[in-house]
Amino acid sequence: MTAQASADLKRPTHRARHFTRPPASLVLICLLGVLAGAAIIALTFGAAGIPLARLPAALGFWTEHPVNPLTSRDQLVLWSIRIPRIAAAAMVGSLLAVSGAIMQGLFRNPLADPALVGVSSGGAFAAAVAIVFTDSQLGESLRFMQNELLPLSAFVGSLATTVILYAIANRAGRTSIAIFLLAGLAIAAIANAGIGLLVFMADDRQLRDITFWMLGSLSGATWAKTAVIAPVLAAALIACLWITRGLDLLVLGEAEAFHSGVDVERLKRISIVLVSAMTGVAVSICGVVGFVGIVVPHLLRLVIGPAHRLLLPASALLGAILLVGADTLARTIVAPAEMPIGILTAAVGAPFFLAMLLRQRGLVSL
Amino acid sequence: MTFCRNAIRSAFRFAFVACGLGIGGAVLAAGITVHDARNRDVTIENPARIVSIGGAITEILYALGFEDRLAGVDTTSVFPDAALRDKPNVGYMRQLSAEGVLGLNPSLIFAMQGSGPKETMDVLEAAKTPLVLVPETFSEDGLLEKIRLVGHAMGADRRAACLTSAVSNDLAQLRELRARVTKPVRVMFVMSLLSGRAMVAGHKTAADEIIALSGGINAVDGYDGYKMINDEAIVAAKPDVVLSIQRSKDSLEADTVYTHPAFAMTPVAANKTFISMEGLYLLGFGPRTAAAARDLSLKLYPALAPQAEAFAPAVLTANCRQ
Repeated sequence: MTAQASADLKRPTHRARHFTRPPASLVLICLLGVLAGAAIIALTFGAAGIPLARLPAALGFWTEHPVNPLTSRDQLVLWSIRIPRIAAAAMVGSLLAVSGAIMQGLFRNPLADPALVGVSSGGAFAAAVAIVFTDSQLGESLRFMQNELLPLSAFVGSLATTVILYAIANRAGRTSIAIFLLAGLAIAAIANAGIGLLVFMADDRQLRDITFWMLGSLSGATWAKTAVIAPVLAAALIACLWITRGLDLLVLGEAEAFHSGVDVERLKRISIVLVSAMTGVAVSICGVVGFVGIVVPHLLRLVIGPAHRLLLPASALLGAILLVGADTLARTIVAPAEMPIGILTAAVGAPFFLAMLLRQRGLVSL
Repeated sequence: MTFCRNAIRSAFRFAFVACGLGIGGAVLAAGITVHDARNRDVTIENPARIVSIGGAITEILYALGFEDRLAGVDTTSVFPDAALRDKPNVGYMRQLSAEGVLGLNPSLIFAMQGSGPKETMDVLEAAKTPLVLVPETFSEDGLLEKIRLVGHAMGADRRAACLTSAVSNDLAQLRELRARVTKPVRVMFVMSLLSGRAMVAGHKTAADEIIALSGGINAVDGYDGYKMINDEAIVAAKPDVVLSIQRSKDSLEADTVYTHPAFAMTPVAANKTFISMEGLYLLGFGPRTAAAARDLSLKLYPALAPQAEAFAPAVLTANCRQ
């Protein structure tokens, strides 16, 4: 028994020595291929039930003769409901995974995640405030922007949380990452207490709204929303190019990174702005979707190693794949109802992650 | 806890024995026993100070002329207006505080099934005040049973019979109205439309039953309760009408529905058929339910207007206060 156990323990270490990492281009091409496949599969599933045979016509690839009266409905369903939603799922997945990867690099802590340092909680708290107080006098005066109020307040909540955290952690131009992390935990606790209070004040309908918001969903994704996410994602991915080398060197320690020629303070500022903007947008579009930010970068580190040059773009792709897959399940398995996606990302992501962790134990030192 | 329970048990036993021996006398009117939603018999000695939790119960108590005995109501008791204006408010029915309720020193508590939280209900149950949990079933029979139960607990079976006859008369007229519907309308009840996500009533909800009572069909088939619905499922369900409730200020607005990408593809947007009605009136399953269903029928089937106008709900004029 003990011999067996020690043999088990030794095996992965032994394998690690002979582990060769796949080339970067291959990884990215594979991930792109999988993402395309996931998107195509996602396209074929949905509560409106468009048969595979009608799909090309519905997509507008060719016109049918004679014209099927159902085609125009299918076209509408695809182009104004299903496709924007798949696009939003992919982009939100990228945002969450990349912001998780950056945060883990910045904090040199594998547990760091936007949800952990309170950024998502701040956003969720602001969203809950918006849900409960649209009933009040204040809500009355904001009536004209009823539809924008919730995503906007979620975004502002996330940003405000980051600003507060940054102000707490920043002393004389230096940002203490440890304080940032600890203050983040405290702020998350405060935000959760606030959410608890709002849940207490809420009536039935508001309570349901808050609960569903907290669990996250991509339902209600429109082209207008994807138009908000796309530029943020593009800008963030471009900005990532600046920080990859810095994040790699930061692993050695702040002083070591500084002596290797990295402007550490600037690196921290850029990273924090990036993470808060990405998380803020993700939370405002689909509520709180946990686990993507932790699982995706970790899985990738196990396979492609910790270099951020490859890790960040690969995270963006794998995050997109994960969320497109999870969202396809979310909108089909309990149709006509809708499963909150946060449940699925955790239920699917966590066991998979655990399995990987157990299999590759010893490959990375956590 | 055990002590309390024993105390209650012995109190019940005493009451039972007292009834059996016929020594109740005129002053200590023999307790009335009602069978409530917990499947238990509750003995009521003296319904002089009542706390009513649940809008429908408050409405029934007012209709039976017992408003003077009301010592407190909850926030869902929005009809008649006088209830929340004149009576102390014990808070929202699902977030009651035991102290808030017992502090009013009631001699009888009516609570709608589903009141909470559970901890509070446990404390209320353990207290010596009789607690009658009124069953919440969304059906014609459930509605009549609710009135009978409240009336019986108040020792006013005659007034309750008066009210139930008015209500069943209304329900019968409603059935006649419903029989004239030739082409049922598909109705989707939208509880909320939050940032594009629609929460919609499935089966086994008050909304589902009121739609059926008014001669419509719930467009959603496939789940129970209020759930977030898939956008594509909205298109597939092909609702003719969207029904919602007006709430204080943030009621759902027609334009939000018409411009929603999924509803935009349904007849709702094309025909501009968004209906909203007052919440307790529509979903409360109180005495005015038949009247609410009639109003809804009138909106769903404008062609039935002559018949619907002729149907004047008896409950609105009935006087069951003596």
